[in-house]
Amino acid sequence: MMLQLTGVHAHYGHIHALRGLDLSVQVGEVVTLIGANGAGKSTLLMSLFGQPRVSAGSIVFDGEDITRLPTHVIARRDISLVPEGRRIFPRMTVMENLLMGAVMADPDNLEVDLKRMYALFPILEERLEQRAGTLSGGEQQMLAIARALMARPKLLLLDEPSLGLAPLYIKKIFQTLRELNQDHGVTILLVEQNAHHALRVAHRGYVLQHGQIVMTGSGRDLLASAEVRAAYLEGGQGEKRS
Amino acid sequence: MPRLVSISDASGWTERLKDAAGVALIALLLGIPMIGLTTADQGGALEVLTRWPLLGAFVAVVFCGRLLLRYLLDLLKRRRQTRERQQGEVTAVTMKRVWLDGRVLSAIGWLVLGVALVLPVVFSDNRYVVDIATTVLIYVMLGWGLNVVVGLAGLLDMGHAAFYAVGAYAYALLATRFGWGFWEALPVAGLIATVFGLAIGWPSLRLRGDYLAIVTLGFGEIIRVVLVNWTDFSGGPNGISQIPRPNFFGLPFSPSGDRPTFASFFGLEFSPMHRIIFLYYVILMLSLLTNALVARLRRLPIGRAWEAMREDEIACKALGMDVTKIKLSAFALGAMLGGVAGVFFAARQGFISPESFTFNESAIILAIVVLGGMGSQLGVVLASLVLVLIPEIGRDFSEYRMLLFGTAMILIMIWRPAGILSHREPTLRHAAAGGEHA
Repeated sequence: MMLQLTGVHAHYGHIHALRGLDLSVQVGEVVTLIGANGAGKSTLLMSLFGQPRVSAGSIVFDGEDITRLPTHVIARRDISLVPEGRRIFPRMTVMENLLMGAVMADPDNLEVDLKRMYALFPILEERLEQRAGTLSGGEQQMLAIARALMARPKLLLLDEPSLGLAPLYIKKIFQTLRELNQDHGVTILLVEQNAHHALRVAHRGYVLQHGQIVMTGSGRDLLASAEVRAAYLEGGQGEKRS
Repeated sequence: MPRLVSISDASGWTERLKDAAGVALIALLLGIPMIGLTTADQGGALEVLTRWPLLGAFVAVVFCGRLLLRYLLDLLKRRRQTRERQQGEVTAVTMKRVWLDGRVLSAIGWLVLGVALVLPVVFSDNRYVVDIATTVLIYVMLGWGLNVVVGLAGLLDMGHAAFYAVGAYAYALLATRFGWGFWEALPVAGLIATVFGLAIGWPSLRLRGDYLAIVTLGFGEIIRVVLVNWTDFSGGPNGISQIPRPNFFGLPFSPSGDRPTFASFFGLEFSPMHRIIFLYYVILMLSLLTNALVARLRRLPIGRAWEAMREDEIACKALGMDVTKIKLSAFALGAMLGGVAGVFFAARQGFISPESFTFNESAIILAIVVLGGMGSQLGVVLASLVLVLIPEIGRDFSEYRMLLFGTAMILIMIWRPAGILSHREPTLRHAAAGGEHA
């Protein structure tokens, strides 16, 4: 078991954002979490890092209880986050951004890891000395993923990697995720609004609503489910905004 | 394309005229009581007289001036936009410009260093020039210290004068009470300032942006108020006088006496300029050490971590960085450099009092960093030159000198909103891409 959440509750001030949530990710899986705006998807990812800290329940990563660890200590485990909105360092160069990803990693691996990133995202190698803020949105997303991978995570968390990207880039990002999982053995937990792409790449999926898991199943099953289709796939008019 | 420009130009003029008319109206309203009416002594009694023609001229000048200012601003803006558009189209050109910028900048840097080295030799009998240059260097050093905190780490510190004061008082007290010399006291006072930096930073660095600015401003005032009121310790508002001056490896700068002095040892005739020039070289050396240290740190992981934190704190946390420690390290280093500058200040002046460490001082140091271009070392030098020299040049204009000072600051911020030098040199060049630049 890579990640196990049991009965997790979390609050943002008075807002009860997560209400008793159980979720697990097995080694080698791609798991996706879909849900509407405000369902608690991002809160879930951030609470893995203790921001906000969960008010009840437990989070176990790779056999260790990380529920109460400080944020930066959690981030030093084999777990990397690609945050929502990319959050690259805009005034620093692409190269410097990649180095920041490896800041806690073994410096001996640096050259090898950089080469791996160039192979995954050739565009980054061309732009090494460019200021990251001048990259296009899609390129910035690739940089954010590469930066997270520089720490050699066993588990990669992604928060809405397709947000605001051109369709071509979305395709490329999901292709890369599949490649990372199949060829490099990275376990992935993916939070997405773009349910269509996310469910196609995922082994399993969870549907989150009002801070609770309302449905779970294999990616294929969820993709076929009438409820999911109505709410998240066909611009659904069903019950979703919360 | 040309037609488009001409159309927007015509509408631009109506806009500008309207804008100028609005400003002229405000000038008129303000001017009626301030210029239009005046009192004059007429046979022992005060009488109110009017000066409508002068008011008219004032409003006309404001109108024309505003029109001209707007026109120039628009011109600048349009030129910048076309330049950016061209750059966007041709990436190769951008790359070349950046590289050229770096080269030109380093050339300017070497030039400034050369001038700084020969300046006291050329002006060896002009005490005024060497004194001013020493003051500039003190601000350069303070600016470089604060640049680590504000420019690199992005922590808005508005109380930097506090550490400057700690350094100065640490040396003054060590020297007058315990007879310490300048060189022994320098590292110790730096260390004391570091401890103060850590003590102030620890509780306040959880705050961000404006909140941090207010807290540091508060701590800056607390230290000054303590110095004013704790008379037994710091001499209160009277300050500390007769602080010993630094000597030249044990040789004092004084007219010949029983012990060998600098002048007698080297067989020179005694001149008060010796000490002035020596002090200049001391602060030059301290500044250069500071610059070397900061430039080196910037290329190390810790320096990159400071900059990354300025860019995005949450991303840093997610990458496993201990943000509190990184912030504290930047804050402590800035405090230490400020403290060292304070030691030099106390030794040079021979007298210090809380008057020298008011909020005004913090504001000027901060202005140097912001005006210079956050994070740019050379920018700090240029901004220090501007901010020290303008009030000096302005001495001839007596009461208008602060007006001149303010105008210069506004003009710089209009001309270069990101500071005089906003160019950021990458901390490393990758071999593959950087080979051709080397």
